[in-house]
Amino acid sequence: MSIVALIPAFPFAGALLIFLGWRMKGRTAAIIGSAAVGLSMASAITLASISSLSPQSGSAFGLVLWNWLQVGSISVPIGLAVDALSIVMCLVVTVVGFLIHLYSVDHMAGEEGYGRFFGYMNLFVGSMLTLVLADNLLLLYLGWEGVGLCSYLLIGFWYRESANGRAARKAFIVTRIGDISLLVGIFLLATSLGSLDIQEIGRRAASAWPLGSPIASLAAALVLGGALGKSAQLPLHTWLPDAMAGPSPVSALIHAATMVTAGVYLVARTNALFALAPAVQLAVAIIGAATLLVAGWSALFQTDIKRVLAYSTMSQIGYMFLALGLGAWTGAIFHLAMHAFFKALLFLTAGVIINALHHEHDIFKMGGLARRMPFAFWVFLIGSLGLTALPPVTSGFASKDAIVARAWTSGDPGHLLWIAAMLGVLITSAYTFRLLFVVFAGRGASAANAANAAHGSAHEGGQELARPGPLLTIPLGILAFFCLIGGLVDFPRILGGVPWFGTFLGTALPPAREAEAGGGSELALALASLGTSLMGILIGALLWRRSLKPGFVSPSSGIASFFKKGWGFDRIYAVLFQTPFEWLCRVNRRDAVNLASNGIGTANLAFSRVLRSSQTGMIRWYVAFLAVGGALVIAAAVIL
Amino acid sequence: MMLALFIVLPLVCGFAAWILGSRGSTAGRWISLAGNAFNLVLAAWLWIAQASGSLVPVEGTWLALSSMPWIPAYGISFTLGLDGLSLLFVALTSLLGIAAVLASWKGIQEKVAFFHFCLCLVLAGINGVFLSIDLFLFAFMWELMLIPMYFLIDIWGHEGRHRAALKFFLFTQIGGLLMFVAIIGLYLAHAAATGLRTFDYRLLLGTALDPTRGMLLMLGFFAAFAVKLPAFPLHAWLPDAHTEAPTAGSVILAGLLLKTGGYGLIRFVLPLFPEASRSFAPIAMWIGVAGIIYGGFMAFSQTDMKRLVAYTSVSHLGFVLLGVFAFNVQALNGAVIQMLSHGLSTGALFILVGSLQDRLHTRELSRMGGLWSAAPKFGAFGLVLTLALLGLPGFGNFIGEFLVLLGAYRASVSVAVVAAIGLVFAMVYSLRMYQLAFHGESSDTKEVRDLGAIEIAALGAMIIALFWLGIFPQGAMDAASRALGGILGILGGTA
Repeated sequence: MSIVALIPAFPFAGALLIFLGWRMKGRTAAIIGSAAVGLSMASAITLASISSLSPQSGSAFGLVLWNWLQVGSISVPIGLAVDALSIVMCLVVTVVGFLIHLYSVDHMAGEEGYGRFFGYMNLFVGSMLTLVLADNLLLLYLGWEGVGLCSYLLIGFWYRESANGRAARKAFIVTRIGDISLLVGIFLLATSLGSLDIQEIGRRAASAWPLGSPIASLAAALVLGGALGKSAQLPLHTWLPDAMAGPSPVSALIHAATMVTAGVYLVARTNALFALAPAVQLAVAIIGAATLLVAGWSALFQTDIKRVLAYSTMSQIGYMFLALGLGAWTGAIFHLAMHAFFKALLFLTAGVIINALHHEHDIFKMGGLARRMPFAFWVFLIGSLGLTALPPVTSGFASKDAIVARAWTSGDPGHLLWIAAMLGVLITSAYTFRLLFVVFAGRGASAANAANAAHGSAHEGGQELARPGPLLTIPLGILAFFCLIGGLVDFPRILGGVPWFGTFLGTALPPAREAEAGGGSELALALASLGTSLMGILIGALLWRRSLKPGFVSPSSGIASFFKKGWGFDRIYAVLFQTPFEWLCRVNRRDAVNLASNGIGTANLAFSRVLRSSQTGMIRWYVAFLAVGGALVIAAAVIL
Repeated sequence: MMLALFIVLPLVCGFAAWILGSRGSTAGRWISLAGNAFNLVLAAWLWIAQASGSLVPVEGTWLALSSMPWIPAYGISFTLGLDGLSLLFVALTSLLGIAAVLASWKGIQEKVAFFHFCLCLVLAGINGVFLSIDLFLFAFMWELMLIPMYFLIDIWGHEGRHRAALKFFLFTQIGGLLMFVAIIGLYLAHAAATGLRTFDYRLLLGTALDPTRGMLLMLGFFAAFAVKLPAFPLHAWLPDAHTEAPTAGSVILAGLLLKTGGYGLIRFVLPLFPEASRSFAPIAMWIGVAGIIYGGFMAFSQTDMKRLVAYTSVSHLGFVLLGVFAFNVQALNGAVIQMLSHGLSTGALFILVGSLQDRLHTRELSRMGGLWSAAPKFGAFGLVLTLALLGLPGFGNFIGEFLVLLGAYRASVSVAVVAAIGLVFAMVYSLRMYQLAFHGESSDTKEVRDLGAIEIAALGAMIIALFWLGIFPQGAMDAASRALGGILGILGGTA
């Protein structure tokens, strides 16, 4: 079982080879990078088959590589833990990561820094795998920060544009604010429980802390703070839309396989803490519900294809947080896995479109692409159906409906959360189909025609654009296939499915607090959400028709621009934090302490100048001083 | 007598470099390189010996001792002692000594022989500080490293060097004088209590002092070390000195001289004055936190790249002060790892900035930009060092900061939380620096000679050491554990 060490080792080795091979050809780097993730995927699949053939009920298998730190009572190994949760995460990360790498070989070809790109991507995958395999919180934190670093490097990959640099820094800094919360949480856990081992923490917390005790709530809240940053949930979500500055494969990797899912994983992994802190767990659900609404609403107003998808990610992660908050641990991870497939598919397809249209991001300059990029259309449609949780695409349908149903059955606050979730379903299908219609339906807009014109041939509008090569279509096809059938691994029982996935994850995660609803209501709930989705499609279509008539709701109108720019969070943070910080720095640029110490020197010089000026070299002045001084001394002596 | 080699060898090399180097400029370089390399081999040999268990303490926690009478009438002797803690710092000194020689290989072209004389003398003094366990000898070594450093800044520095050198000298000298007074005071108190007149550190440990006198004497020592460290608000000499010094000077200042402050706190302040330190600890920890935050603010404000790096030292050494006074094993280990990592990472950054200045003839960030495309090796090494600066896990800096904060959390939650916010500042200033220098569109930096082989060798070795400290920190901590355990034992600190 020590094969587990190979899973993160391959991508790290790949990154190292690429970085040290200074003058390596870009093509070589691409092959090394893809092969490394491919081998990692093979190891993960091997591990998964071994452990599913001989399931060890519940207990995690561990592998300690070496002792990292041993100071006093604190002992931290470089150790990996294998259970159903980490296996599922490894599979998602490596499979989706490998497909994205394959896609990038063609997609990124010819870019400056082609080799560097694969080095960063390998580092990204390796960090994420370390994160999900770590058996203790400090090693998890290493992967956690590594993921943050790689997001910085890849978002700012096109470094010449200073806007990209700003987006990259924003991602790294905003998530680090969350990381500090997690770090303080680690201090608290290490200090009060004396261990950083995740399993051990769960055991000791359960025995040392009573349900709902303040310290348990504090610990859970601090861990949650870290998760909010990485998973782009309110109020630490502002970095994600700007993260679109990176190349499309990067967006796919950040949004699907790595980075944003890390927060969901962390909360699921530390479920023992949240179980002890019901108030914090409720907060998780509320934050999730709020984020899914706020982000979904913003997605309705975007004009950049990747920004629509970015807000959609926030919204979908919101569903996962909702599930976590409701105690549906396996449901959250299930949706995470399904989301990874359809979101990767959507982003990669968006990348194909953007490249075909010469880096055009504005959806209103696309249009009519269904006929001209049929392959892209079909796979994008599959991804969209997954996102809106509509059959026959099973992935989103199985996973999202489970969460929505869960909200209904979870008792008192649940009904409000259910309403939010249903609203989210409506909004999701509205923005998804608005996007789909605007990009693919109709006759086509300027950019598409311009692209034809740029090719210099006598293409009529409506002819096919350049077909993507096999290295692009194969990963897209595989992802589309997973979207179509992925949900079958845990299909609703009412529709004749078998919950394999949930059973497998059940060996690592506690079962959801059962509030079993009858079969009838399960069906009713599924139908209700199906109906809502269809209604959303209608709204999406209306929004598209409306957008054809300019002036009706112009995207530049005040209220629309407010939602488009993400509800003004950026401005609030700028006023609250950035401006005062920069003001203080500007005011104190010369360092008051330094000036004060220089002042001592200046005062001394001034004093010495005064004294020096008395030394005139003229005898009569000295005589006069002597006389006056003598008189003063005598006068003082007389008076006193 | 082997220990004396650490001091005598650089001295001999210094004089040899001065005399022989006056004929051709390369002789001086090679001589001082050889001297430092020999010291590094010696330190490595000691390291391996103690790690494999063949070198065991001869007395208490001391792995090696050597003593010669000096002024017996006053109980002054030439006593050197090496334990795991001093071994770490002696090893760092020889490594950074080599880096400093390499960094000035091309950059220093005037008075080369005298430059290497000063350089070797500083290194001899620093080794002396790390090895002396006679307090009079310690004070002597403290001065020995100061004066040649003054010349290094004043002769080979940049535009404002005279002023910066004088400021550095005055600040350090005032601190050093206060410490010297405190040493005499401790000597007299010990003589009064036991009738034995001695400057021997081992005998002075456990001198009974009434609280007021103990506090005053402790503050005398603290003053010297706080200036060197530097602790807020005594840092005013640092930005000027670091910025104006030649590259090798900055490397030694940031990498080693600041460490003598932290080393002094651990070696002398805590064990000699345990009660006074304990009552002073809350104040000292907050001073450390103030340094972390203030240094972060100031680093963000700078437009001069070298000055920016200088201010980051204020922030990072704040962690050391915090760790020393948190009084537990995690924090103390963290302070040591933080000092080693800071020495390597900031030393390397100064080499990088120095090489940039040699090529661009400016340190202004606003005149850089886009260096990644013009000089990719600069970009890559700059990136790695920036990441070490912001404390990314995997580098020794993270281990240091993590352990300090963990220990500080055990001592005081509020201190640890405020200090942890400093980590956000670290990220903000580091990324800003990197963005301005390396990213963006290249301005007038189109033609930049990329890093050369000598620079890559020096930087590469330091980066490997940083990774080693980040991934296998246990080796360094095991080496120091016995010495630190002894000090914590005196403090009655918690494990």
